[in-house]
Amino acid sequence: MNATLTRWLQAPSIILLFIWMIVPLSLTVYFSTIRYNLLYPERTGFIGLDNYRFFWTDPAFMPALLNTLVLVGSVLFITVILGLTIAVLIDRPFRGRSIARVMLISPFFIMPTVSALVWKNMLMDPNNGLFAALANALGGTPIEWLQDFPLLSIIIMVSWQWTPFAILIFMTSLQSQDQEQKEAATLDGAGFWAQFRNLTLPHLARPIAIVILIQMIFHLAIFAEIFVTTSGGPGVQSTNLTYLIYIQSQQAFDVGVASAGGVFAIILANIVAIFLIRAIGKTLTV
Amino acid sequence: MKSIRNTAVGLTLAATSATFATAGELTIATVNNGHMIEMQKLTPKFEEANPGITVKWVTLDEGTLRSRVTTDITTKGGQFDIMTIGMYEAPIWGSRGWVEALEFSDDYDVDDILPAMRGGLSHEGNLYAAPFYGESSMIMYRKDLLDAAGMTMPNNPSWGHVQDAAAAMTDKDAGQYGICLRGKPGWGDNMAFLTTMANSFGAQWFNEDWTPALDSAAWNHAVTFYKDLLDNYGPPGSSGNSFNEILALMNEGKCGMWIDATIAASFLTNENMAYAQAPQAITTRGSNWLWAWSLAIPAGTKQKEDAMKFMEWATSKDYIQLVAETNGWGAVPTGTRQSTYDNAEFQAAAAFADAELTAILSADPENSTQNPSPYVGVQFAAIPEFQAIGTAVGQQMTAVLAGDISVEEGLAAAQEAADREMRKAGYY
Amino acid sequence: MTDKQRDILKNRIAVFFAWVAALAFFFPIFWMVLTGFKTENQAIAIPPLLFFEPTLENYTEIQSRMNYTHFAMNSIITSFGGTLLALLIAIPSAYSMAFNTGRWTKDILMWMLSTKMLPAVGVLMPIYLICQKFGLLDSRTALVVIYAMMNLPIVMLILFNYFREIPKEILEASRMDGTSTLNEIRQVVMPLAWGGIASTALLSIILCWNEAFWSIVLTTTEASTLTAFVASFQAPEGLFWAKVSAVSTLACAPIVVFGWLAQKQLVQGLTFGAVK
Repeated sequence: MNATLTRWLQAPSIILLFIWMIVPLSLTVYFSTIRYNLLYPERTGFIGLDNYRFFWTDPAFMPALLNTLVLVGSVLFITVILGLTIAVLIDRPFRGRSIARVMLISPFFIMPTVSALVWKNMLMDPNNGLFAALANALGGTPIEWLQDFPLLSIIIMVSWQWTPFAILIFMTSLQSQDQEQKEAATLDGAGFWAQFRNLTLPHLARPIAIVILIQMIFHLAIFAEIFVTTSGGPGVQSTNLTYLIYIQSQQAFDVGVASAGGVFAIILANIVAIFLIRAIGKTLTV
Repeated sequence: MKSIRNTAVGLTLAATSATFATAGELTIATVNNGHMIEMQKLTPKFEEANPGITVKWVTLDEGTLRSRVTTDITTKGGQFDIMTIGMYEAPIWGSRGWVEALEFSDDYDVDDILPAMRGGLSHEGNLYAAPFYGESSMIMYRKDLLDAAGMTMPNNPSWGHVQDAAAAMTDKDAGQYGICLRGKPGWGDNMAFLTTMANSFGAQWFNEDWTPALDSAAWNHAVTFYKDLLDNYGPPGSSGNSFNEILALMNEGKCGMWIDATIAASFLTNENMAYAQAPQAITTRGSNWLWAWSLAIPAGTKQKEDAMKFMEWATSKDYIQLVAETNGWGAVPTGTRQSTYDNAEFQAAAAFADAELTAILSADPENSTQNPSPYVGVQFAAIPEFQAIGTAVGQQMTAVLAGDISVEEGLAAAQEAADREMRKAGYY
Repeated sequence: MTDKQRDILKNRIAVFFAWVAALAFFFPIFWMVLTGFKTENQAIAIPPLLFFEPTLENYTEIQSRMNYTHFAMNSIITSFGGTLLALLIAIPSAYSMAFNTGRWTKDILMWMLSTKMLPAVGVLMPIYLICQKFGLLDSRTALVVIYAMMNLPIVMLILFNYFREIPKEILEASRMDGTSTLNEIRQVVMPLAWGGIASTALLSIILCWNEAFWSIVLTTTEASTLTAFVASFQAPEGLFWAKVSAVSTLACAPIVVFGWLAQKQLVQGLTFGAVK
């Protein structure tokens, strides 16, 4: 394959994505520097960095930033570990495997708003939730999940939803693992852990990197779970950056400030991405 | 940069004709509440009576609908011929000229609409939305439990009395809680209730000069009272509860008393329910809220005539009669017309009718606070900034309720959040 | 205990835990489906009911209110359309990046991912205004294009991953035979990467299917998808958990069936060991 052909094959995706990125991005950057509130159409004009200043002097800004990072970090950690474990567990023939596999992937089929409703009202509710009933049956006191552990509750919901994503990717990748190599290792007397560390994990390095990178993007923008369950509270304990932007965009209808918030979100995402690439990026093209 | 700006501005002004609905076809955006679903089901009757007009529905939950219609109206999107809006939006949108001022035929009998509703949906004397159903707030309590505790509930109780009643009905070991109140953050969630409570304690959102008044002693009293009440006599997890969560608790018999929208009475299944006016502390002003889901026509719609026809149909006396014939008088949309409450069959079917009417009539959006205030609205201030402020304040109140911060800290944070928004909007 | 016996035992333990995990992950969904067959009052019972007389009232109510097929068709058209478009653009690109990895490949991939970093609520106005300008509000075309572009970076990354797993030797062998690039993709790469493409497609379809922001903001009646269908049953004034469970069961049923059918493709692919 020569260089020209390579270019031709890659061009459509790059050009299209560039347009898809540059048009909204430049409009967002432009909006972030003007006075632009949907409810005050008569107020216009360039106001420099005022929108940015307003957004970032919000007392909720720093907590939201922190919550965003905690959310992303914890969910990534949980989903990758759980995803790896489960993918390895089901990477063997057994009766009913295809059923087990669909069951494991199924949380990903549920819309985030619905999964949040199911968790909030049917499982975690301290009065009529299933967890409360279990706690009562065992003689304990029901945990007030959303009141006492709002961020953890959201981490649980999101992890439940996204572990299947990791499972799906790892599962598919594991199937391409060289079975002969594994058999040879077994004959050499290598135990499960030795095999896992020396063969499976290196084999999965790239898929892991990809799962982390893709999930990061989605988790930086978690919204539905927060909106449905805690509305960012109590206080700002479960408010993330996206939720702050939502308040400006859909409650204050201040497009200017919301756009400034969007620019902050891009900056944050890029910082996180740079860290992640430092840590795992080299495995991408190994 | 100039061309981008032109495009941006041009975009907001000009919508291509392709996005407008086709002639004879009305697109109506509405909330997914029971009464609207009923309206949707009865629409074929309207279409029969008005050949040539077909109706298409967009039914969404309240939050989604609100952002959807606001985006559409402010960008002149032209996606809808009729929008369902609340008492909060009507005066703001009316003053901006975004929705048509309404003029009805004599048959419609606009004077039959309750004055409080007409007032709340008007701006400078023009009615901008026709109320489809309305509500206030009131106490709904379990008479059997209160009787068993040897207490009674007067028609106009004080907060002190409500506290005593809650204490008397609470038996935490039996999973029985004296009072359930909203706690989930949101301007339409916990703040709708908490504002009415604060009003009765003599508090208000804004001073005459538009500076926020959340750091006042009155707010402090109200929030402290609210927190004590729920800490001592409320169910676990109150900070996540809103209308539906509490409704579930009531129907499971877990709560002795609930102060919320009058519409809740029609959902309560326990047969020992009784009703009283929302409690007062130092004043009755603004102690119960006022809300109406109503229909409005976006300015500049090409189908104003057809839209008007539908609106007159859906908010008419005949429509109420139609619902009564179809589903019984217990199921009619209430809170809009005097004639509904005058109807003997309705009175017989709705035990809450008297309490609801009294509550609605006593609510006055123009005078909802003990001291003079610059804004209109009982459980909200009808200014564009209120949604964002209300939600941010609501989050702080939830933190207070959850015991994460003190009442003082919560109100100070709330005051700061409100101050920021008001400054940004240029009030001072 | 012989080695073989030990292996069998280990395998049994692994299978046991696999089932534990499967049941745990599936349980909330089972609970949701179950709730869909309760009455609203049964759905809020304390303690929650495991045994009850199932009712279909939620489903009849849903049927009487909304035209499920209309929304389902729109969901199918937009998510399959969006995914197909994304795959068409991505397969050649990912293929060429995977087999001609250059020094910029990593950066291009990362840049692609960065196009997804702007949260949807932050770009609402630009996208909304553009769609309005071009008369694309309430059109399936707009959703197909948006979905394709939204998922393109993800599809690229995942495909890139799977393509990289194809052993280079296989390609080199076919190149020795003088196969053209197009035929190479069609006859060698595609069959080998089929499982990877299938699971990428499945992921992309699910992401489109559950996309609940643009599908609600940009549509009114004609192009509304199942997310709008669900939203119309969500959080009304009054009890709704049983109904929303039933609605949600209906909303994810097609995609679960599809996932089930795609199963075979997911397992069959990527069997390079045998080829080597």
